[in-house]
Amino acid sequence: MKDFVNLINAIEITNKTNAKINALVNYFTHAQEKDKLWLIAIFTGKRPPRPVKSTLMRLWCTEIIKLPEWLFLESYSAVGDLGETMALLLPDPTHEINKPLHEWMAEIIKLKPKSEADKKDYVLNAWSGLHMQERLIFNKLIGGSFRIGVSKKTLVNALSKLSGIDANQLMHSIIGNWDINTISFNDLLDGKHINYDNSKPYPFCLAYALDKDLNAIGDPENWQVEYKWDGIRGQVIKRNNEIYIWSRGEELVTSQFPEIKALFKNFKDDFVIDGEILALKNNSVLIFNDLQKRLNRKNISKKLLEDIPVGFYTYDILEWNGDDVREKPLSERRLLLENLVNLSKDNDLFKISEIIKFKTWDELDTIRNAARKLNSEGLMLKKKTSTFHVGRKKGEWWKWKVDPLTIDVVMIYAQKGSGRRSSKYTDYTFAVKSDDTLVTVAKAYSGLTDKEITEVSKFVNQNAIEKFGPVRTVKPELIFEIAFEGIALSKRHKSGVALRFPRIKRWRRDKTIADIDTIATVKALIEVQ
Amino acid sequence: MKLVKFTKKGIYCIPGKFYLDPWFPVDYAVISHAHADHSRSGMSHYLCHNHSKPIIQHRIGQDINIQSLAYNETLTVNGVKVSFHPAGHIIGSSQIRLEHKGFVVVFTGDYKTSSDFLTIPFESVKCHEFITESTFGLPIYNWLPEAVLQKQMVDWVIDNKANNRTSVFLGYSLGKAQRIMKLLDNTDQMFVHKAIHNTNNAIKSVDIELPETTLLEPDFNKNEVQNKIIILPPGLLGSRLLKRIPNAATAICSGWMQIRGNRRWKNVDAGFPVSDHADWNGLLSAVRASEAEKVYVTHGSQATFSKYLNEIGIASAEVKTEYGDDELNTSET
Repeated sequence: MKDFVNLINAIEITNKTNAKINALVNYFTHAQEKDKLWLIAIFTGKRPPRPVKSTLMRLWCTEIIKLPEWLFLESYSAVGDLGETMALLLPDPTHEINKPLHEWMAEIIKLKPKSEADKKDYVLNAWSGLHMQERLIFNKLIGGSFRIGVSKKTLVNALSKLSGIDANQLMHSIIGNWDINTISFNDLLDGKHINYDNSKPYPFCLAYALDKDLNAIGDPENWQVEYKWDGIRGQVIKRNNEIYIWSRGEELVTSQFPEIKALFKNFKDDFVIDGEILALKNNSVLIFNDLQKRLNRKNISKKLLEDIPVGFYTYDILEWNGDDVREKPLSERRLLLENLVNLSKDNDLFKISEIIKFKTWDELDTIRNAARKLNSEGLMLKKKTSTFHVGRKKGEWWKWKVDPLTIDVVMIYAQKGSGRRSSKYTDYTFAVKSDDTLVTVAKAYSGLTDKEITEVSKFVNQNAIEKFGPVRTVKPELIFEIAFEGIALSKRHKSGVALRFPRIKRWRRDKTIADIDTIATVKALIEVQ
Repeated sequence: MKLVKFTKKGIYCIPGKFYLDPWFPVDYAVISHAHADHSRSGMSHYLCHNHSKPIIQHRIGQDINIQSLAYNETLTVNGVKVSFHPAGHIIGSSQIRLEHKGFVVVFTGDYKTSSDFLTIPFESVKCHEFITESTFGLPIYNWLPEAVLQKQMVDWVIDNKANNRTSVFLGYSLGKAQRIMKLLDNTDQMFVHKAIHNTNNAIKSVDIELPETTLLEPDFNKNEVQNKIIILPPGLLGSRLLKRIPNAATAICSGWMQIRGNRRWKNVDAGFPVSDHADWNGLLSAVRASEAEKVYVTHGSQATFSKYLNEIGIASAEVKTEYGDDELNTSET
């Protein structure tokens, strides 16, 4: 397993995608056949179910190290990862176990049905036969998340560099159905188990943020304007009675959205369309937070399917009955698309992106500012003559977002992050004034630079009221301006309001607690928006 | 009877009328070691170990009023016997022992209990009251043996060279830099930044031998340093000088690098857990060996370490100081 440990270390230390790819290529060049397949399986979520509960592993670990529970928890909150905490706390190994990755995986699979005593024997023996880094990987292999900073995309790019095979095809191959016991590494890469001709996607056409006065882009008549939706940009492919859904991140997400797949089953024609995967209910778009509940799940319960139905708003058409139509002007593609949508029987979940009618740019600005009411992020401006170009191209497509709402708040709690951020206080809870007290209005995790986070962490260390545990109450002294996309009344939150997408806009060092917003001014925004 | 008290200016010896590593200007300061958070400017009089003297003068000024002693040599100040004992943290670092009417207090400053083959190793001193640091006072901190660490670092350098890369280590110019030099001695030619070069010269002035290094000139020749070893102060991470180094692979050496999250936080190519502080077991063994009846815990994980000491039957209290106030800064550790 040493080469696997080295790979993980090499991948983790760098944030350069190329360095990660090189480390992966190096591993694939030298590793045993079965290890290569396991690596792909692990990084694509095809992992055996966890054979031992983490609470048991924690218990066994504390038995060995003979330290009080609270000290274990303090260590855990300093490290931010359970598997790593245990790996660091356990004593030095007494012997050396040297087995390739696939043997470990085979043993871990066999462990599942065994008795608790047998499991304990196995885990304890492994712990005492591995050094710290290997122990950490072992703990990760047994269970929990294996978040190592390798996306499927990076993995696929490495495999593509290794084999020369098109990355999208490899994406389909590794996500497709394959059995680690029967497939060979080369067959997996060659995609013998899939039909890539059917699933092959087109590169997405992207937009720049509008960075100029609208009058400078010409006559409104030359532009097609639509709402910009905040879901998952997707490409639906229907070819030869097969349906595939690709996300913007170039991942195949077909299995996550069975109802979208179902929408297209009854079409006679073949096509490739571009659009947005959105949570839709009662004819309106739900916020992204709702859609998020549907993502990255292995199984989607019936209740979840009913609570958060997902549909597809289509923007564009790329292929029609085998013909690539991307070079046709948008106005022509739009007619094809309208024609296609009219064939649909389900008009609630499959819709065409509405064209906004307006005469002047000023009028459009008013429409943009009202977009938030529809849970839209703003507007998309597309030149009627534009092709479906690859990637971004200046002057063809613009995105014009709604300005976010902002308030000034004070930080009252801080918590350490996880992963790369586990050493710093990165997760903050903010409050506004309510008479003489403070009420929390939002949590935010992003928006500060690394340097600012380090400074805030230092402040938290020096000004925390608690000394133990993961959450620190801090002196209400640091003022931040937070931005958010929307606000609604909410019974779930103490303050009575829920903010949509709160994030830190900037640290207001020029302000004090006397300057922060009150709950009354915050609630007033509900009327304004 | 009380020999020391903890004040806003620093740790004060009541009968001796002097401070230990004060953080505000005072008349008489007894200094454990030359790091900036323990040895500050503005003191009317400094007392330190012989090896710290030239370094403190180099850093604060040649004209300061400074007196120094050898290890185990005693000076009586207002009736209090003061002596320095090896702390193993950096060159010249000392535990400060105070004795008054048979009552003994030891202040550790910063220390490490394992040998680094460069500084004089830590020697435990029995006392009634022990004032200990706790920078790495959590059981997750257990340092690798020096030889294992050395192999990791040397392997990394050799691997870099094979891949046409220059190995750049970032380490505080006093302490960590010399430690890195020692660990990498005889691996390849080592270039050091001017700040490190000057500190090295101050250290060498008291006849301490250091591994051979070359000064990295500001207008260095890229071909000369390519694939070699360069040691820079941590402040230069992301600097233009670092960007000029051809194919640089950067590494941070610090105890914090034991944790994956910390390694990933810094944008470097490698992190080696090289620390000049005691690890968890080092702290515990130092506390036990002191046989102190009361242990005061300063900078680091003072709350945690002191709570644990109380639980295992060693009377302890935490003390707020201004040392190592930047717990998140990896530079001096």
